[in-house]
Amino acid sequence: MQWKTADYTGWGRALRARGTLARPERVSALSAALMGRGPAIGNRRSYGDGPLNDGGAAVVMTRMDRLLAFDPDTGVLEAEAGITIAELLRVFAPRGWMPAVMPGTGFATLGGSIANDVHGKNHHGAGSFGQHVLALTLMTDAGPREVTAENDPDLFRATMGGQGQTGAILSAKLQLAAILGQRMKVTETRIADFDAFIAAFDTSQAEFTVGWIDATARRKRLGRGILEEGTLVEGTRPGPLKRALGVPLDAPGFALSKPVVKLFNRFYLSRVPDTARKRTRPLDDFFFPLDRIHDWNRLYGKRGFQQFQCVVPLDQAAALKEILTTIAKAGIASPLAVLKKMGPGRAGHLSFPMAGYTLAVDFPARKKVPAIFQRLEQQVLAAGGRLYFAKDGLAHPDSIAAMYPELDAWRAVVARVDPEGHNKTDLVRRLKLRS
Amino acid sequence: MSETWIILGASSSMARALTRKLAERGDSVILAGRDTADLARDAADARVRGAPLAEVMAMDARDPDSFTPILDRLAACEGTLCAAVFVGSMPPQDHIDADPTLIDGVVTDSFTGPARFLQALAPLIEERGGGTVVGVGSVAGDRGRIGNYVYGAAKAGFATYLSGLRNRLNRAGAHVLTVKPGFTDTAMTWGIEGMFLVAPPDKVASDILRAVEKRRNVLYTPMFWLGIMTIIRAIPEPIFKKMSI
Repeated sequence: MQWKTADYTGWGRALRARGTLARPERVSALSAALMGRGPAIGNRRSYGDGPLNDGGAAVVMTRMDRLLAFDPDTGVLEAEAGITIAELLRVFAPRGWMPAVMPGTGFATLGGSIANDVHGKNHHGAGSFGQHVLALTLMTDAGPREVTAENDPDLFRATMGGQGQTGAILSAKLQLAAILGQRMKVTETRIADFDAFIAAFDTSQAEFTVGWIDATARRKRLGRGILEEGTLVEGTRPGPLKRALGVPLDAPGFALSKPVVKLFNRFYLSRVPDTARKRTRPLDDFFFPLDRIHDWNRLYGKRGFQQFQCVVPLDQAAALKEILTTIAKAGIASPLAVLKKMGPGRAGHLSFPMAGYTLAVDFPARKKVPAIFQRLEQQVLAAGGRLYFAKDGLAHPDSIAAMYPELDAWRAVVARVDPEGHNKTDLVRRLKLRS
Repeated sequence: MSETWIILGASSSMARALTRKLAERGDSVILAGRDTADLARDAADARVRGAPLAEVMAMDARDPDSFTPILDRLAACEGTLCAAVFVGSMPPQDHIDADPTLIDGVVTDSFTGPARFLQALAPLIEERGGGTVVGVGSVAGDRGRIGNYVYGAAKAGFATYLSGLRNRLNRAGAHVLTVKPGFTDTAMTWGIEGMFLVAPPDKVASDILRAVEKRRNVLYTPMFWLGIMTIIRAIPEPIFKKMSI
């Protein structure tokens, strides 16, 4: 087994790690690498330090990416953990199936999607990713072991959204969702302000919804943006697979400076006419809009960026408006922010979702960001909401413990399966999740 | 038209990438290699992706006895037969310096083993008429360099063999493609210092399939390696012998 020492980061690139990495391509090499006593990591699409183990070892799962079994009658798929969500969509959409839940990037791996119990644009109806997992194979000290909600309900729940702490996820059995075709009919509507956005989400009947908001707009325009509502329709993929663009270099600091971002946001909003516009889009375009630009995280320059994503309960929309006000007032330039209504669906002790509204905003890594973040963290806590581990690089242990009431139950399971803490990551240490 | 491909050294990431593309276009695959337990997962992957048939067979380039059952199995397959050879081994040059007997293994894995297999397969291909042989060499075979000249010599021998096989099979309407990948992002190169312009295996596999369709004879992938190697080959020996590239 070959190990190499490397510097690596999460998607936000603001937090860094230096450690040894192995990237096995076969089961025998994987088993040997996992004896190296580090967590398994995927494609590092989490923004903060979830996929980092500074000063230690980590096993990169991206080459363990094989499809193991598929039943075309039931849509049950078994695959190795390193396969990406985009690859699953590419292979199965032409056959009338797709992952029931897809995060905003298709580069996320199957294992990572489980370890973060990710959600998608259909969370209000379909729930979280883990709710469609039928079984998974975990690496334990005694070798691979199949875990289901029936044979070990606690371990199964602790693994969903469990940040890989219950052991490396080797493969999983998923229930795919049947689809009529490979087209998404998308309605885009301009929304004037925050209250109108909440009202629009509350009345929307669409299966897929997402709101893009201009987080730099203030006062009367606070929360203005575009609501996208999608409905799956029949038909083959419209248009060929498009080639992704790349970002060859780290952008200079001014690329996302305030005036540039303001201009961008104004332009982005004005694409959509005052009256709603409808178009038909390929599924990957709709689900993974930013994947068309490879390495877009480099646009934030070499200092990187942080993402703040919170969810607040349904009756706390006013508190979320205050949170957005704090962000807008702070004047940290940030391009598109995302607003969405969530349902109650969640699969694990540490799953992020709750019935309510979620807001995600990028902050370029600057000196004043941690202080602003701390204010936001307190506001979220006071509203009875929570922060998302997949995005986090700045939260504090005390507030996280208050936001995740099932933390102790999770700790008990993790202590049972990884008593020596081999699977710990930088995020787990920073947020004291295991102690 | 659906073909049956025998993939030698099917565990390598380049082979895996090619197998997937073949499976997705509806070809059958027989995956040969040493790690048959792991190859069973690759065969499952190929079946899910659309291969009408995906089987695993044990093969060791250093054990010619292991070739016979594979050749028998191929003889029993109907239709056009194709082969892709990814076997090869590259121990560090300093290990070879310390133990020159390692040379035999390198030459067997990268040259004489696959050549023996292809030599036995050739009459079958001729009999069917048509088909393709893809042989993976290396840019390292284009010039003997201080860093890995034993591996390079074996790959050069294999490239010359493929050239001759092309000459022969061409008469039967079959085609031979020699592939010379540059640095590719595989388990073999993971962690090796000094790698640059490293190509993902998937890109190499796409290039191979395109070259097969166009019936190209020699493929450098990514293409810029043709330019790099043209320059390296042009350096006069009196100068080259003083260089360490």
